[in-house]
Amino acid sequence: MKKRKKVNYSKWGYICIAPFFITFFIFSFIPLLDTIRNSFFQHYFSGLKEIGPNFVGFANYAELFASNLGKYTLNTFILWIIGFIPQIVIALLLASWFTDNTMKIHGERAFKVIIYLPNLIMASAFAMLFFTLFSDSGPINSLLMKMGLTDEPIKFLATTVGTRSLIGLMNFLMWFGNTTIMLMAAIMGVNPELFEAAELDGCNHVQVFFKITLPMIRPILTYTLITSLIGGLQMFDVPQILTNGSGAPDNTSTTLIMLLNTHLKSQNYGMAGALSVYLFIVSGILCFFVYRMLNNQDPDGSKAAAKKAARAAGGRK
Amino acid sequence: MRQHKSPKLRTVLAYVVLVILSFMCLFFFYILIINSTRSHIDLQKGFSAVPGDYFMQNLKNVLNDGTIPIVHGILNSLIVSAGSAALCTYFSALTAYGLYAYDFRLRGPAFIFIMAILVMPTQVTALGFLRLITKMGMYDTLLPLIIPSIASPAVFYFMYSYLQSSLPIALVEAARIDGSPEMHTFNTIVLPLMKPAIAVQAIFTFVGSWNNYFVPALVIQTKKKMTLPILIATLRGADYMNFDMGKIYMMITIAIVPIIIIYLLLSKYIIAGVMLGGVKE
Repeated sequence: MKKRKKVNYSKWGYICIAPFFITFFIFSFIPLLDTIRNSFFQHYFSGLKEIGPNFVGFANYAELFASNLGKYTLNTFILWIIGFIPQIVIALLLASWFTDNTMKIHGERAFKVIIYLPNLIMASAFAMLFFTLFSDSGPINSLLMKMGLTDEPIKFLATTVGTRSLIGLMNFLMWFGNTTIMLMAAIMGVNPELFEAAELDGCNHVQVFFKITLPMIRPILTYTLITSLIGGLQMFDVPQILTNGSGAPDNTSTTLIMLLNTHLKSQNYGMAGALSVYLFIVSGILCFFVYRMLNNQDPDGSKAAAKKAARAAGGRK
Repeated sequence: MRQHKSPKLRTVLAYVVLVILSFMCLFFFYILIINSTRSHIDLQKGFSAVPGDYFMQNLKNVLNDGTIPIVHGILNSLIVSAGSAALCTYFSALTAYGLYAYDFRLRGPAFIFIMAILVMPTQVTALGFLRLITKMGMYDTLLPLIIPSIASPAVFYFMYSYLQSSLPIALVEAARIDGSPEMHTFNTIVLPLMKPAIAVQAIFTFVGSWNNYFVPALVIQTKKKMTLPILIATLRGADYMNFDMGKIYMMITIAIVPIIIIYLLLSKYIIAGVMLGGVKE
């Protein structure tokens, strides 16, 4: 390798990246260390009285795992998956339709604009809207009764199934457009000769979809799955507002971040710390997969594909 | 054409599915806007598909409600979102440029580090973050909602990819030969070149910040400093049954509709932005 002359300018490299790293160090790294440290201390408020901080080792973790952690982890997973399954199925279907040259869909642009719209809506306001629309005396019940579909109001938010379904529906509506557009980009990146060859060989569209489209975009599907899972782990706004933080009925819609929020609001630093570390480890494992996909050797094209997806998702939280 | 019937049938099916999905996406917002034009008494009567004539009155009621300072909310949200978008895009572009255009010893590790934290949730550090900003005297101010956006790994990565595909290093070297100082090169040559990427990410950061609820709700305590999502959340916490429903719908409208309007105006660029990463190599 030839040594380049721009080595002289290396100090400018440090200057350019300094603001990012200083900000990260102050507002993320120090807080992370402090969070981990707090997880080993008993420190909370009982009324106005401050208890602690006393070093208690792993007692907070023991308490956390003995409490409802498993239940809330399962809740979070259930709420995520009932939104994710329809999301990925519909997105695959739409993406393959939009990119199919044999069927020209009129108004494709307009459809794309409409299905992407909910992604930009404030989740808390969206949840508030759903709360009012689906309340016992709300417009949806009024409409259902007018149409004769039910005689008395359906109490959507009083049942586990109703509440979970509404949360799943909102997550589905907010994310399927985004996923559709990402998968479209992935399919459009597939070598068109493959599709042409398949057509010449007499494949029908179902065969093309399962034998060519799906295998070719598998890396992006995996990427979508993992990033969506990380997003699901962070689920908060929708269930929090919809149930007013209670996770009603009977905590069946309480997510992990809602639990964290409760501990933070009540200033139970020890428990909040232990829960944060738990979340950090779970998301760290997921991050590792994303990292591997974006950085490792590229035997099956997964690196390039995941990179595309990551860039496309740059605007995502 | 082979299989003459099948494609036709599929097309019909596609339209049916698309129309149903579009209906689902728009229906709820349609009721929202209709209901924001109806009075509380009218709303009690149930569902209606036609608008009422109470829009201005509802708007007035919301603006004059002292318990929920919505005007402050809008201003605070604007300040936080615009500030975050500006800082985030500028410094992400700068960081990307630093790692792309310069060779230095820590270049590789720095890049790997950012990739490792690319999708790390911010919630896991919230506890330490709150304690830190309290010590720094920034608790209950808007600053901690703006400054951390300087370090946005995902936006950095988008910018970096964009630079890879559109900034020839020769251009930087040419500017250098012409005697342009390094930062001047970035600000006057590189930044303008990155306009499309910056515009797309500015929109996304703005919207993300506008909608952000978790951290702001933990940081802000004073009513007049609250951003819109926190004010919306207080609606849910309030004695909901005694509330003027017209006002509730109007407040949700105020929180959502500006974003819908911006989106419809810029949808071409936003959709292209989401695609951009996908098709460009």
